[in-house]
Amino acid sequence: MRRIRHVYSGLMSIGHTLLGLLESGPRHGYDLKRAFDEKFGQDRPLHYGQVYSTMSRLLKNGLVEVDGIEAGGGPERKRYAITEAGITDVERWLGTPEKPEPYLQSTLYTKVVLALLTRRDAADILDTQRSEHLRLMRALTERKRKGDLADQLICDHALFHLEADLRWLELTAARLDKLAKEVHA
Amino acid sequence: MSIPEGSLLAAHDLHKAYGPTNALDGAAFSIHPGEVVAVMGPSGSGKSTLLHCLAGIVTPDSGTIMYNGHELSAMNDADRSALRRTDFGFVFQFGQLVPELSCLENVALPLRLNGTGRKQAESTALTWMQRLEVENVAKQRPGEVSGGQGQRVAVARSLVTGPRVLFADEPTGALDSLNGERVMELLTDAARSAGAAVVLVTHEARVAAYSDREVVVRDGKSRDMERVV
Repeated sequence: MRRIRHVYSGLMSIGHTLLGLLESGPRHGYDLKRAFDEKFGQDRPLHYGQVYSTMSRLLKNGLVEVDGIEAGGGPERKRYAITEAGITDVERWLGTPEKPEPYLQSTLYTKVVLALLTRRDAADILDTQRSEHLRLMRALTERKRKGDLADQLICDHALFHLEADLRWLELTAARLDKLAKEVHA
Repeated sequence: MSIPEGSLLAAHDLHKAYGPTNALDGAAFSIHPGEVVAVMGPSGSGKSTLLHCLAGIVTPDSGTIMYNGHELSAMNDADRSALRRTDFGFVFQFGQLVPELSCLENVALPLRLNGTGRKQAESTALTWMQRLEVENVAKQRPGEVSGGQGQRVAVARSLVTGPRVLFADEPTGALDSLNGERVMELLTDAARSAGAAVVLVTHEARVAAYSDREVVVRDGKSRDMERVV
């Protein structure tokens, strides 16, 4: 399952997500971690350290405040509440489109060109990659079939991206002769 | 000739030309009982010709096709037709249901053609429609149901005779993503539980991801991707 996990490892703003979770009411750090893991963690739960370092950053920036401290508690017993500035920050984050990532296949492109330059089998490199992509797509499809709606949506996101890569691999395979001529020109 | 051990259907060194065009140029293929194999490749690569040869619809110019220990390529037309009716099932992209018949009658049709009585045929057909979750459109005609429902009716019809091999040529090609995926889930579940092997021709990777392995056809030549890495 390590490969599946790898697909999820996109950049997620943990700070904004925790802030958003606080909008429904003040919570302890432990509750925040549990809510995050349940809704977004999948098989990649947050570490306690991540929660507390994120909360102290949010506190420093005035996006959350300490709503109360349980008697006898250390810093981990703090209850956090979102501030007006925090609510504005979440709203701004939600309304800002994510930067579309061009996913330039630079490593693969380099491998293909190098293979052509050194008279190796470039089609073989593309097929090996294609096979690896489909192997992961099969694992995700299987997981999707057995999972709940959240699993399906997450796996679909990964599957559509992998499919796009595969289309690039196919198109490049079909253009190898042309590319070989340019490389050797 | 190399036929993988235990394979139900296997082809070796197939050649087929349409005029000056080599549709198949030494293609090979094999599938085991209960296995789902995706046949992928660009348009015009020869993947549909390969499927038609494997199903005994098209006769290759040369090469061997073995089905369950018999040489398909050496059978006469009548024997191949009989085999298609009893052992093979087919699902295409569209245009496969008889518009004048109800969906239930469509699903029961292959059984009726094989001589099964109406009551028995329709009872078996209804069981398959339930498996494909389309029993609610049993009385409707194909023109009155959605594309996704129609395709599930077609899948039910293809499996109603208990085929050992199901040939599916772009079975989700005319459907949107959501309906296409549901058809693939139900098709592969139904085929697996019935122990049928599925030859799945598709150009969509997300559809191919429902298979156990893939064979890529390019310029009439095939490559088993399991042996790539």
